Amino acid sequence: MAEPTAVRAYVRLVQAQIRSQTQYRTSFCIDVASCALSTLVEAAVILVVFRVSPTVGGFGLREVLVMSALAVFAFDLADLTVGNIERLSLYVRKGMLDAILVRPLRVLPQLLATDFALRRIGRAAQSFVLLAVVLVYAAPHWTPARVLMLVLTPIAGCALFAAVFVAGACVAFWFVESGEIANAFTYGGKEFARYPATIYPGLLRRVFGYGVGLALVGYHPALFLTGHADPLGGPAWLAWLSPVVAAFAWLIALLMWRTGIRHYRSTGS
Amino acid sequence: MTATGTMTAIKTETETMIEVRDLRKEFTVRRKVGRIRRESRTVAAVDGVALSVVRGETVGYIGPNGAGKSTTLKMMTGILTPTSGHVRVCGLEPVPRRRRLARRIGVVFGQRSQLWWDLPLRESFRLLGFVYAVPRAEHQARLRRCRAMLELDEFMDTPVRQLSLGQRMRGEITAALLHGPDVLFLDEPTIGLDVVSKQSLRAFLAEIGTRGDVTTVLTTHDLADIEHLCRRLIVIDRGQVVHDGTLEALHARYGSRRRVVVDLDEARVLDVRTPGVTIEAVEAEGRRVTFALDGVPAGELIATIARDGGLRDVSVREPTIEEVVARLYRG
Repeated sequence: MAEPTAVRAYVRLVQAQIRSQTQYRTSFCIDVASCALSTLVEAAVILVVFRVSPTVGGFGLREVLVMSALAVFAFDLADLTVGNIERLSLYVRKGMLDAILVRPLRVLPQLLATDFALRRIGRAAQSFVLLAVVLVYAAPHWTPARVLMLVLTPIAGCALFAAVFVAGACVAFWFVESGEIANAFTYGGKEFARYPATIYPGLLRRVFGYGVGLALVGYHPALFLTGHADPLGGPAWLAWLSPVVAAFAWLIALLMWRTGIRHYRSTGS
Repeated sequence: MTATGTMTAIKTETETMIEVRDLRKEFTVRRKVGRIRRESRTVAAVDGVALSVVRGETVGYIGPNGAGKSTTLKMMTGILTPTSGHVRVCGLEPVPRRRRLARRIGVVFGQRSQLWWDLPLRESFRLLGFVYAVPRAEHQARLRRCRAMLELDEFMDTPVRQLSLGQRMRGEITAALLHGPDVLFLDEPTIGLDVVSKQSLRAFLAEIGTRGDVTTVLTTHDLADIEHLCRRLIVIDRGQVVHDGTLEALHARYGSRRRVVVDLDEARVLDVRTPGVTIEAVEAEGRRVTFALDGVPAGELIATIARDGGLRDVSVREPTIEEVVARLYRG
C-alpha cells in the first residue's frame, strides 16, 4: 500500500510541521501545558463523583478509574495522531484541499502529516502517566492474558476513536459547518467510554456501546483486568473484540472518506 | 519513470497531452424558499466542453467569472470528479489515476498556496522534493535554473508568510516545476501582481513555452498574459467553448475593428463614404476624428482624407483583445 518513498515523504511532512509549530515557542509551551492540565481536571471529576456516591453504575472507584484511564488514554492517542483531521472542514470550506489533491500522495495521510499537532503530545503523555498510576492503585492480579489485554486495548481503542474522527470529519464533505456533529461523536464518545456501560439507558448503550463499539474501549477491558463480571451478562471474551470493532469502524470510515472525496466540490477559482 | 522516457522519445511528433470530450460538471445549488423549504436546482458549470492540446502548446483558457474555467481545470487535474464525459491528461484519467498524474503535472493556483506558510521558501522546495520523490540531481538542477531566472536568492530563507505576493508567486511557479512536469496548469498566476512582477513572470513563462516540451494551460483575466504567451486561445462562456483558435481568428470572427485617428489643422466635416468605414468619435472641436474600419485598408482611408489637405497627424490603432473579449462576454 505505502511505498517507501511515500512513507519518507510523510515523515518529512511531519518533521516540517513540528519545525513550524515550534517556531512559535511560547504559544507551543502554553498549548502543551494547558492540554496537560485538562487531563488532571478530567481525573479529578471521577474523584468528585465518588465523593457524592460510593458506586457508579454498580462499580467502585477502582474499576471506574481503570476504564476511564483506558478510554482517555486511547482517545488521547487518537487525538494526537488523527485528531487534527477535524481541520478537514476548513480545507473543504476554503478549497484548500485542491493543493493536497494535486500532490502524488494519498489525501488522508497527507492531511494528517501536514497538520500534525505535536502540542497534543502533552495530553497523551499525561493520560499515559494517569493510566500507570491508576493501574498501580487498582493493583490487578497480572496474568499474561491481562498484560496482553492492557497492551491491546489502548491500541484498538485508539484505532476506533481514530475511525470515529475520520468518519466525523467526512461530514464536512456534505455539510460545511459540521464541526459540532463530529464533536458529538468524538469528544462525546470519549465521555461515554469513560463510564460503566451500566449507567446508560438501553438504547443509548446499544447504539454507542455496542453499535459504535465504545463499550470495548474502557468498560469490558476494565472488567477483564479487574476480574469483575459484567452485570449486564456479557461474556468476558467480549473485551477481546476491540480490534474487530476497530477494523470494522475503519472500513466504514474509509468508505465515507472515499465517497466524500468524490463529492468534494472545491470552491471559488 | 515512464514520464521522462516518453518525453525524449516523442518530441518531434504532435503528441496529444490533453484530451477532453463532452465534459460536463453539474452542481446542485440549494436555495432557500420561504422559511424552511429549500429548493434544489442542478446547474451545469461545465456543459459539454471539448478540447485537445498537443505537447508544447501554450493555451490561454479564458472566460468571464463563473464561466467554468476553474471547474474544467480542476477536472483535468483530478481535483473534481466530472459528472460525465471524457478527460485524459498525459493519457491518464485524472480522478482514478490522481497520484500518478500528479507526478506529471504542475499546478499553480493564483489564490491557493502550495508552499508551507511558516517555513522558509528553501524548506518548501526541499519538502516538495520528498513529496514528489525527485532525484536529488534533477531537483537541484531545476531549482538552480528557477533561482537564476526568477531571482529567488534574496528571499530563499524568508518564511513564506513574509513574502510579497510577487515573491510568493515566483516561489509557487518554481514549486510547480521542480518535479519536471509535462503539463503545467496555471490558474490566474498573475492575479494581484504589480506590473514589474507580471512582466518578469511572463518572461519566464514565455521562456518555458519556447523550449517546447512543457504544455501549458493558462487561465487569466489579464489579457496581456494571453497576448504575450498564448498563440492559441480557448474561450469558454456558460460552460461551453465559444472559440478555439488564434487571437487573430478571434478578432476576425467577432469583427474587431482597427481604428484610424485623424488630427486636422482645423475643424471640418469629413465626408467619407467608403463602405465599411464609420465615424466613431469627433473630438477637440471637430479637429480629431476617429474612424472604425471594417475590412478596409487604413491606407485607402488616409489617402482619401489627405487628398483634401489639412491633415496634421494620423495614427492607426490595432484592435485590443479587451475589446473583443468584452463583446464576447456581453453577447
